[in-house]
Amino acid sequence: MKLVLIRTTINGRRYDLEVRPNMTLLDLLRDELGLTGTKRGCEVGECGACTVLMNGQAVNSCLVLAPQIDCQEVLTVEGLADGEKLHSLQESFLDHDAVHCGFCTPGMLMSAKDLLDHTPDPSEHEVRTAISGNLCRCSGYQQIVDAIKDVEGEKRKT
Amino acid sequence: MAGKHKIIGNSERRVDAWGKVTGRAKFAEDYNLGHQLWGSVLRSKHPHAKILSIDTSQAMKLPGVEAVLTAKDIPGSKTFGIVLKNQQILAEDRVRYLGDGVALVAATSKEIAAQALSLIKIDYEPLPVVSDPEEAMKPGAPILHDEKNEFIHHKVHKGDVAKGFAEADFTIERKFKTQFIEHSYIEPECVLAEPGEQGGVEIIGSVQNLFSSRRSVADALNIPLNRVQIVQSTLGGSFGGKDEVMTSMCCRAALLATRTGKPVKMVNTREESMLESYKRHPYVLYYRWGAKKEGTITAMEIRCIADGGAYASMSPFVTWRSVVQATGPYYCENVKTDVYAAYTNNNYTGAMRGFGSPQVNFAIESMMDELAEEVGVSPLEIRLKNGFETGAVTATGQRLTHTVSLKEVLTKAAQAIEFDKKWNMYRAAGDGEKKRGVGLACSYRGVSLGAEGADAAETIVSVQTDGSVIVSSGVTDMGQGAQTQMAQITAEVLGISMDRIQFLNTNTSRVADSGPTVASRGTIMGGSAAKNAAEKVRATLLDVGAEMTGVDVSDLDLEDNYLVSAKTHERMASFSELTAACFNKGRPMTGLGWHKSPPTSWHEEEGHGEAYFTFVYGANAAEVEVDTETGKTDVIDFASVHDVGKAINRGMVVGQMCGGVAMGLGYGLLEEFEIEDAIPKQLNFDEYLIPTSMDVPRIKTIIVENEDPAGPFGAKSVGEPTDELAAPAIVNAIFNATGKRIYEIPANLERVLLGHKLSRQGKRGSEQKTSIDAMVIDSCKIRGGKV
Repeated sequence: MKLVLIRTTINGRRYDLEVRPNMTLLDLLRDELGLTGTKRGCEVGECGACTVLMNGQAVNSCLVLAPQIDCQEVLTVEGLADGEKLHSLQESFLDHDAVHCGFCTPGMLMSAKDLLDHTPDPSEHEVRTAISGNLCRCSGYQQIVDAIKDVEGEKRKT
Repeated sequence: MAGKHKIIGNSERRVDAWGKVTGRAKFAEDYNLGHQLWGSVLRSKHPHAKILSIDTSQAMKLPGVEAVLTAKDIPGSKTFGIVLKNQQILAEDRVRYLGDGVALVAATSKEIAAQALSLIKIDYEPLPVVSDPEEAMKPGAPILHDEKNEFIHHKVHKGDVAKGFAEADFTIERKFKTQFIEHSYIEPECVLAEPGEQGGVEIIGSVQNLFSSRRSVADALNIPLNRVQIVQSTLGGSFGGKDEVMTSMCCRAALLATRTGKPVKMVNTREESMLESYKRHPYVLYYRWGAKKEGTITAMEIRCIADGGAYASMSPFVTWRSVVQATGPYYCENVKTDVYAAYTNNNYTGAMRGFGSPQVNFAIESMMDELAEEVGVSPLEIRLKNGFETGAVTATGQRLTHTVSLKEVLTKAAQAIEFDKKWNMYRAAGDGEKKRGVGLACSYRGVSLGAEGADAAETIVSVQTDGSVIVSSGVTDMGQGAQTQMAQITAEVLGISMDRIQFLNTNTSRVADSGPTVASRGTIMGGSAAKNAAEKVRATLLDVGAEMTGVDVSDLDLEDNYLVSAKTHERMASFSELTAACFNKGRPMTGLGWHKSPPTSWHEEEGHGEAYFTFVYGANAAEVEVDTETGKTDVIDFASVHDVGKAINRGMVVGQMCGGVAMGLGYGLLEEFEIEDAIPKQLNFDEYLIPTSMDVPRIKTIIVENEDPAGPFGAKSVGEPTDELAAPAIVNAIFNATGKRIYEIPANLERVLLGHKLSRQGKRGSEQKTSIDAMVIDSCKIRGGKV
């Protein structure tokens, strides 16, 4: 199979890569680049565990082919914190006990980041809509919704 | 929470959450070893068939294939099972459901493994299929094991039901049905097995019950337990589901690894996971109650039939909990309960959060509302009239000597949604497109394993010379927060802050067999063991502190990372100075904590006994809006109230409550793993629907705390009780809204609108193209990419 040459930015770092044309972004991240924070849950775009940001927009990385990220910017959960300093969303998830088994967490964080970057003061309904593509079997979503809403509360205060 | 505790009761951050928000946490599939092989399973083509021959020669010839194994390659035990050892690691001469594995491949890549699977030739002779447990119990049904399909009959007898019915003014007789449910842990099953340096095998994987899996691997390889090490990777949910399915995966990977001498990784796709894994038992429940006009229940006669599927798995225990709790927390002098389980060619059924109680609770709590209707009182009033109080004697003859808080939780749940007011208002409402209703449900639940079996656990607290602490336990964390609550208990006893504690994932070689982490026993068992361990270390530390300071031990305390005077709280030495001194004096700072539960008893033939050493009480109240034109039910308000004894971590208790309600809501309204003629219909989340953030309302959580001496700091349990009440509360609310009662869950659109399920005529699009077995192999190929 002929490989495709792509140039991409992942978590702020430039990559020149040769990828199989049928490789998913999920496989590229996990199996080739060792970025295993992005999770594999269903591989049909239903569970949202593999959510990453592509040019700031949440996508299911199992439904994106690796060649599609050519000349695009990708952000995964590993790129959320600034070194050891956690992103305010991550802090909020910790404070609200929004992390149970943690398998949906990376995807949830990325969907939440997309929401907050574009809708700084979301309503509860907007938060729930934004994460409706991210399945969580542990939490019943309430603490996740609260964690996302409260990030905004903090931001508004400052 | 002000008062006597510094750490207990706080919503402390979880000890394992930092890794989970940064992506550093390593779940099973995140582990890799150099030169690892990819292991794949060929599963059955038929739900029931004889295997006439297996030809692996072509697969063996494929370059990159390092092993192809069948049942005859298993050196030791070919079967496993906790109670009845009849589950096959690989089917040898017969397959009993579509998830049965027949052959294994280890190859240098996923793609080659998938191709090798398609080169294995198997001749089957299809056998008649039985897909309904009641059919399976009839004479002439195809038999799956031994002489008959009925493999369990548990009984509870109390008083004289004939006399009870004779005393009754009226009887209510109803049939209920519940469905198969998929656990739907978001992380699919995965293990990585490596040959051990001195023989044996080392495994890391998404395993819930490490010790039972280890026993089966040792038996399969015919080696002692100390040659099998299983380490739990951070677990992406389990809900009771990563037990036997992981045992078989561990055995298979261990066989491949020991045969090839190389590490072998196995990962299920979601389709493989749903096809092979066990489900919640569907029940058929026949309930007949006799009652007096004023609402006293004089007799209960109950018969339940559980679909055990192809193998015994946990059915003996699941159905036992059902028989103990089948009458609910209600007074009745005359009880006869019979719970059966039968084999079928469906997916086998086993442990799932709730464990035999969600099924009977649906029936009990529906019956209670029917009784209220017949007597002419509100659902709250009928429950308060019949509900247990402290000192009550259960159907099994057990006197409840702890604080029985049933009426407290029930009243609080009702108040939280203004139940009585709304129940009357909605009942009187006229026709409309959207109709609202409210519903109640309550339960009692035996804590831990009860008379199911030996009940003990170990936790190890190891204080380091610098004052940091390592804790490990045989009780495992699946995301419920077991590690965090054990860390909080340790921190409380040692008077230190949480940041000093590092928790290790469970390793079967480094901590004692603590039984399975099931039955909501994590806090009461693991937590008690942690308390015991920490108290041992604390005694040593205080002893050394007394030597250091010359102050009597009884006048010393550990507080806020210091050795302090118990009276004045004056700081005498830092915790680190104390631990350094302890080390220099050669004193041990590792505490082995062990906890054994108080005794329980059971008389299987006569059907009575002290089933559980204590119980918990919970109540749910739901408000729904039913669209009378489509049958769609939205849950718009919900209250969940549970007496947990003592909340070790309030945030985590709230999380369990919300998560339990969501799962119960799915059970009541959405979820059904449909199996028709032993063929599953949904293999991924596109067709198997679990609740999303849009389906679950904001939940009012109310924690009730009646401390119980049976648990650490008075704590009992919370995991399962939260999941066993939402379905009946919602179904009762639908009745209040529409005047129509749902006797079979889930109460999906067609059942609410038409009163029955629409049967699936023909096959779905995905199945028209290909048969189900080909579908799974295809999914491997597609995922592999190259084939």
